[in-house]
Amino acid sequence: MANIHQFDVVVVGAGGAGLMAGLYASRTAKTAVISKLYPTRSHTGAAQGGIGAALGNIEEDRPEWHTYDTVKGSDYLGDQDAIEFMCEEAPQAVLELEHMGLPFDRTPDGKISQRPFGGHTNNETGKPVRRAAHAADRTGHMILQTLYQQCLKNKVNFFDEYQVLDLLIVDGKAVGVVAVNLADGELHTFHAKSVIIATGGHGRIFEVTSNAYAYTGDGIAIAMRRGIPMEDMEFFQFHPTGIYKLGILITEGVRGEGGILINGQGERFMPKYAPTVKDLASRDVISRAIYTEIREGRGVDGKNYVWLDARPESIVKYAALDGRTNIDGTPYTITGEQLLAKLPDIVDFNRVYLGIDPVTQMMPIQPTAHYTMGGIPTNKYGEVVIDDKNTVMPGLYAAGECACVSVHGANRLGTNSLLDLVVFGKYAGLKAAEYANQAEFGKLPVDAEAATRSAFEALRNGSGKENAFDIAVEMKKVMFDEVGIYRSEKGMKIAIEKVRELRERYKQVKVTDTGKIFNTEMLNAWELGCMLEIAEVVAECALNRQESRGGHSREDFPNRDDVNWLKHTLAWWKDGKTAIDYKPVTITKYQPKARVY
Amino acid sequence: MQITLKIFRYNPEVDSTFHYETYTLEGEETDRVLDLLEKVKGYNDGTLSFRRSCAHGVCGSDALRINGRNYLACKVLVRDIGTNITVEPILGMKIIKDLIVDMEPFFENYKKVLPWFINDSPLPADGKERLQSPEQRAIFDEGTKCILCACCTTSCPSFWASDDYLGPAALVTAHRFIFDSRDEAASERMEIVSETSGLARCHTAFNCTLACPREIPITKLIGELKIATITGKIE
Repeated sequence: MANIHQFDVVVVGAGGAGLMAGLYASRTAKTAVISKLYPTRSHTGAAQGGIGAALGNIEEDRPEWHTYDTVKGSDYLGDQDAIEFMCEEAPQAVLELEHMGLPFDRTPDGKISQRPFGGHTNNETGKPVRRAAHAADRTGHMILQTLYQQCLKNKVNFFDEYQVLDLLIVDGKAVGVVAVNLADGELHTFHAKSVIIATGGHGRIFEVTSNAYAYTGDGIAIAMRRGIPMEDMEFFQFHPTGIYKLGILITEGVRGEGGILINGQGERFMPKYAPTVKDLASRDVISRAIYTEIREGRGVDGKNYVWLDARPESIVKYAALDGRTNIDGTPYTITGEQLLAKLPDIVDFNRVYLGIDPVTQMMPIQPTAHYTMGGIPTNKYGEVVIDDKNTVMPGLYAAGECACVSVHGANRLGTNSLLDLVVFGKYAGLKAAEYANQAEFGKLPVDAEAATRSAFEALRNGSGKENAFDIAVEMKKVMFDEVGIYRSEKGMKIAIEKVRELRERYKQVKVTDTGKIFNTEMLNAWELGCMLEIAEVVAECALNRQESRGGHSREDFPNRDDVNWLKHTLAWWKDGKTAIDYKPVTITKYQPKARVY
Repeated sequence: MQITLKIFRYNPEVDSTFHYETYTLEGEETDRVLDLLEKVKGYNDGTLSFRRSCAHGVCGSDALRINGRNYLACKVLVRDIGTNITVEPILGMKIIKDLIVDMEPFFENYKKVLPWFINDSPLPADGKERLQSPEQRAIFDEGTKCILCACCTTSCPSFWASDDYLGPAALVTAHRFIFDSRDEAASERMEIVSETSGLARCHTAFNCTLACPREIPITKLIGELKIATITGKIE
């Protein structure tokens, strides 16, 4: 017998966006939060450096400056009405987290402490501004914990370790989702008036990534399969400082505290690329600079990495050269002990994975696939919009990394992801509950679980000629090599052809585990299917956009082209192929101009 | 280099009892144990089941007993423990399948200490943050690092001996709130941890402190709670 649950609002995913949505929706509507992980395992917990808000706790700052920096960071592809909304909401959002008990670090006068971050500036001086509110280098962890705790306090209904596998849409309305309970393999149908997708990103399509194993794009894939277009999927952020080969994130906060990038010849190279803010330029700018250094032979020992130097003596030396001061005007200094207190996890990662001590040694780093700017198109209330006229699909919402509002445009600024998920998670929750409270339940499909059952059957009945692990390895490699930081028509065509071949080979995969209890082999194989489709859409959208903008850098089209390409991509996944259209960018105050840091 | 991996196996749908399987595979000294488990699952036996997510020690999914002590599989490397590696589920929990245990009782204990911020006083009149000095913030810093992986609780002999013991992880959470100057429910939480299933069950074995992948000085924090129950003061 089918297991059917009824909730006003169903939230899929329990990271920062899902928990915020769940917390707000549950205040007025019967709400369930479904997650394939225990909520505290969600990838929000890996976010390190801070959450951006113009609190002005340490020095003057204004939401307008934050707005402009975000617009500029987005390379003018972000929708300015949404960016303005987010940056205006930011101070209140951060204060609200503090009121929920979040243990931010403190200034000497007891306020929330803030640190500089890439691309965040005082718009009058052009110098970096202290805007990132932080809790050591585990700000995301503290947000995740605090929101989960508040959800427990407010008795939100959790379905932990239930993996959502299908989105149910009937007569143009979302009516629920289908999920499997990992513990016993039973399928469950969640009948809902509102569905909020908050499943995070898909960095696992790339070989070197900072992203969790869980980041397989499930929410994007199930929406795409049900006819929802995806927006700006070509824009994927490569964070400049991942641990060499492993991809583990080393926060931009290291550079916020004064760390600098050094090439294989011992030179600090960022002043060549970003004369004003140098090592605190936007992430896309720095990742390209690192690759340029490597390609021109200035990597370390001819390899694909450079150094991140956070040794106190180096920090003090370069801070003096840059004229960096403390707020009271004294020269900026830092000691090894202070570094350890401000960045304990970074020190720990280096010790564990590299066997080095960043207080006395430089860290080997390379850019790592980090964040999708693209995703499920929404308006600023989290409502999913399904065409170039921003038509709302009733009952469907998205928030967090899987959504594209778009506040990040072609490149996200550091600290804006945590802000995005808190602000838009909240509004998605409020809107979803408001809608549910005046809507009737839609009709479920006759056999809601049919598509899910047949997807599983196909994976059980494959010939077994192909190994899922091999297919995943090949996909990640071609995506990282050909649809990575620098892209060209030739390379992307190779990637598309390869991913198509892999999708064919995927049909020959056979899941050997025939059991029901924690059949992780089945779910990993199912996730691989999601990633293959997403990889193809990402590559197709990247090939289609004939310009360079933000995180999308074409060697064959090196310049930004506002005449032809100042527009969002919309991509539909139809019959196993990508169909592309566009929608306009909302521009309010800031006309596009050259982007210089 | 060649690595020998001996893994605890139990599939309740097939096996009447557990057994160990040994796999030999090529690896490097910088491989995480999690990387090795992934390889075994990918190429040797797809049915091998374990939890994992972030793969760098911050999500807490892959707490396992490795060569007889608790680690996160993603935070222990071949060079740390050698090429003969035995992997088993964490102790004291019901085993569901292979390396996966039932985490529900662990989270139930966590919920018993009221693991959420409580302050029903009005917010500051300007709507801004509740002030807290860096020193006040530092007092409970260590406990905020907890990722609820259960390495500590499942290494504790008192927990093995009595299911009803709250366990070190829940006590760390209690400490995090009790010592937060902004929180107003310290006395309520102190009552909970003072019950026989709480602090009294800690016999200072120190296993938890050694097992913690986040280097939280758990025994010290529990000690601070014990002192607070005796003196009635939180400082």
